[in-house]
Amino acid sequence: MDLRLYMAQRLSALLMAPFVLVHLGGMIYVIQSGLSAQDILGRTQGSLPWMLFYGGFVVAAGVHGAIGLRTIAQEWLGLRGRALSLLGWAVGLGLITLGLRAVFAVTVAGPA
Amino acid sequence: MAAMTGTLSVTVARGTGETNTALQTFDVPAYDSQTVLDVVSWIQQNADPTLTYRFACRVGMCGSCAMMVNGVPRWTCRTHVSKVATEGKVHIGPLRNLPVIKDLAVDMDPFFDSWVDAEAVHHPTRSRHDDVARVDPESAPRTQADAGIECINCAVCYAACDTVNATPDFLGPAALQRAWTLLNDARDGQRDAILDAVSGKGGCHNCHSMGSCTAYCPNALDPMSAIAGLKRETARSFFRRRS
Repeated sequence: MDLRLYMAQRLSALLMAPFVLVHLGGMIYVIQSGLSAQDILGRTQGSLPWMLFYGGFVVAAGVHGAIGLRTIAQEWLGLRGRALSLLGWAVGLGLITLGLRAVFAVTVAGPA
Repeated sequence: MAAMTGTLSVTVARGTGETNTALQTFDVPAYDSQTVLDVVSWIQQNADPTLTYRFACRVGMCGSCAMMVNGVPRWTCRTHVSKVATEGKVHIGPLRNLPVIKDLAVDMDPFFDSWVDAEAVHHPTRSRHDDVARVDPESAPRTQADAGIECINCAVCYAACDTVNATPDFLGPAALQRAWTLLNDARDGQRDAILDAVSGKGGCHNCHSMGSCTAYCPNALDPMSAIAGLKRETARSFFRRRS
């Protein structure tokens, strides 16, 4: 791991700290107040703030997790060089793609 | 000579290079205050003169006699057998994480090469014609540097480090600690060169702070904290150079 990857992983962790707290707080609020799935979607669909919040969360988590898994692959599987870079990018882009699909599914305005 | 206190069963790793896998057991007379190096020397002088090992000063200064003792890296000249033997048995092998030359002697080149790769060399700012630099011994940087300068290059930390084991490119605790002492030395003139050298793919950021280096350093130094210092300084320089 070089300085660039180290900083990307630390800065993404820094971003995730408030994301995780707000996410957990939101879930507790939703459960406690007994909101249904429709109620929740009614608040998130068409909401740019929620799209930016969870979009940012997904990108930070994708970057952070990919660098961590890359390190594990390097140390435990002995991957090096191009194979290691490809794995890191594939995991990162894969996680971000899957995450953003979910974010769009709940924040893009649905059928009225 | 102290009174003999029984017999030790000593298992020694034998063989050259990759074939350093054979184990040979010797019965060695035990003495009070006997060191592990005494045991190895007894075997070489009395049982098998072909046993290869390395030592020089015998008093914990030269850093050349480190070996694995019961799976743990130790400076053998200052390790009492009574502290490490279990039921009169001792296993002695070559240092971990370094290529074996023969029996208990390892090739130290990868260890010392990493010192150069970490830019752990002094970059002078004055010539012999200048006055001697005045260094405040109480200053914070000097205190940081002083904490790490008693390294004897024994490679015990390098053998103890699981990150070196998993990532052979990793520069290792000793070289990074030396880089840290130079970074804190007011007389060194190339801070950025040191920071660049420890920021590459084998640099300080590979360290997981597991702390084996600090736990096993025979001189009670703290390379883990030195590496943490390098991480902080490289992170600062990451922002400074972009501003």
